[in-house]
Amino acid sequence: MTKDECRKLVIDIISDIAPDEDLTTVKPEVRLRDQLQLDSMDFLDIVMELRKRHGIEVPEADYTQLASLDSCADYLTPKFQTKA
Amino acid sequence: MKQTRIVITGIGLTAPNGNSLMEFRRNLLSGVSGITMTEVRYMGQWPAGLCKFDPLKHQKKKDVRIGTRAGSISIYCAREALADSGIALESRDKSRIGVYLGITEHGNVETENEVYNISKFNYDTKFWTHHHNPRTVANSPAGEVSLNLGSTGPAYTIGAACAAGNMGLIHAAQMLRLGEVDLAIAGGVSESPQTFGIFAGFKSQNALASHVDPTKASRPFDKARNGIVISEGGCIYTIERLEDAQARGAKIYGEIAGYCVNSDATDYVLPNPERQAQCVEKALVNAGMTVDDIDIVNTHATSTPQGDIQECEAIRAVFSKRKEAAAINNTKSFIGHAMGAAGALELAGNIPSFDDLIVHPTINVDELDPQCDIPGLVINHPRAVSRVDAILNNSFGMLGINSTLIIKRFRS
Repeated sequence: MTKDECRKLVIDIISDIAPDEDLTTVKPEVRLRDQLQLDSMDFLDIVMELRKRHGIEVPEADYTQLASLDSCADYLTPKFQTKA
Repeated sequence: MKQTRIVITGIGLTAPNGNSLMEFRRNLLSGVSGITMTEVRYMGQWPAGLCKFDPLKHQKKKDVRIGTRAGSISIYCAREALADSGIALESRDKSRIGVYLGITEHGNVETENEVYNISKFNYDTKFWTHHHNPRTVANSPAGEVSLNLGSTGPAYTIGAACAAGNMGLIHAAQMLRLGEVDLAIAGGVSESPQTFGIFAGFKSQNALASHVDPTKASRPFDKARNGIVISEGGCIYTIERLEDAQARGAKIYGEIAGYCVNSDATDYVLPNPERQAQCVEKALVNAGMTVDDIDIVNTHATSTPQGDIQECEAIRAVFSKRKEAAAINNTKSFIGHAMGAAGALELAGNIPSFDDLIVHPTINVDELDPQCDIPGLVINHPRAVSRVDAILNNSFGMLGINSTLIIKRFRS
């Protein structure tokens, strides 16, 4: 799993959680909440989908690591690699 | 005591055979059923009534995902009713709008879905969605409407089993008369076919309809009837005080003439014809009417062997006093039992009779059960009548709750 693959995987999840949003222009370094209409409940959905689809656990203390696509990739990629 | 007059000024609905009053009415007069064979989780194919409205007409995809089917039905109906009424929401004081929705039950669908979901994860509850509680609180469908409309007045549901559709309108009239709100968005909704539990429950009770042709499965008063067809649907009205409606030049569909809600206090499931008859009689008194003033009686009959007979007994007891029979019909024969929406939908299907003087029939009566042979029953074909000035709508529910609502032709 590369960071690019990880970003794509997170975008796939967000496309289901925020189906009205245009995700083609999401800037990876910018906070997701600053460019998309996502609230705290949506982030809980992202955490749940990571758990359901990929068996990845994100403890509450680490939720801030999901702020942007880049921070998601930095935080999640090692977890995917460990899992593999 | 002279009561404030309350009128209906807008109707929005979705039924298994129509997504507007015009389409619904056309199909009721043309004998078009909305029942299809439907896959029910764990149970296979059963006749059921599903609605085909487009939720995205009034909701974003995300709101459909987070909310409930009952919420989508409610929002669709509420928005359609408002559009029909000509009320411009932005010009209204939104704190003076009340949303009152009758429901038979709520939350079963969402709970079953989550149990099914965690069954895929060895029943580990960490896979249970955080959306479960807001989806299953009893006020959820009305709350979704208030979120969608931005209305900040009271918005809640009224749990009254299958008497609930009438209850939404009755409660609206009460709140308008009390001066609690200036506009009521009220009726009934149901998402019941999305839950296997209601099918399984009725099946275990030997009260679930089966038929090779799903359009023939709901057949009140027919000798071969064998149970209920479960349907979803919604019907929501805009309801106003007459003076407010007239001040804005509103179209008026009819006036709430009277009503009654009572309880059998006899059984969890079995109806009590004596109490049903009392409910009808008290509604007539409340309306200042006699049986001779009623032109159409829309029955609750759900196509169960016993329930239909008992309602006929109640109707006979009250209406035998008439010189000439009122026209009696049934809407479930077309759309099945839309549970919390039933009363509101069935009333809507008859309201156009004020204008066209035609009574829609009850269909699928191949051989009339002699015990259901009540004078005035309109069977299989519409009937033209010379007068429709008052419609009496019955809706009865489990735990013995009965509701009768009488709507009369509006005369200024």
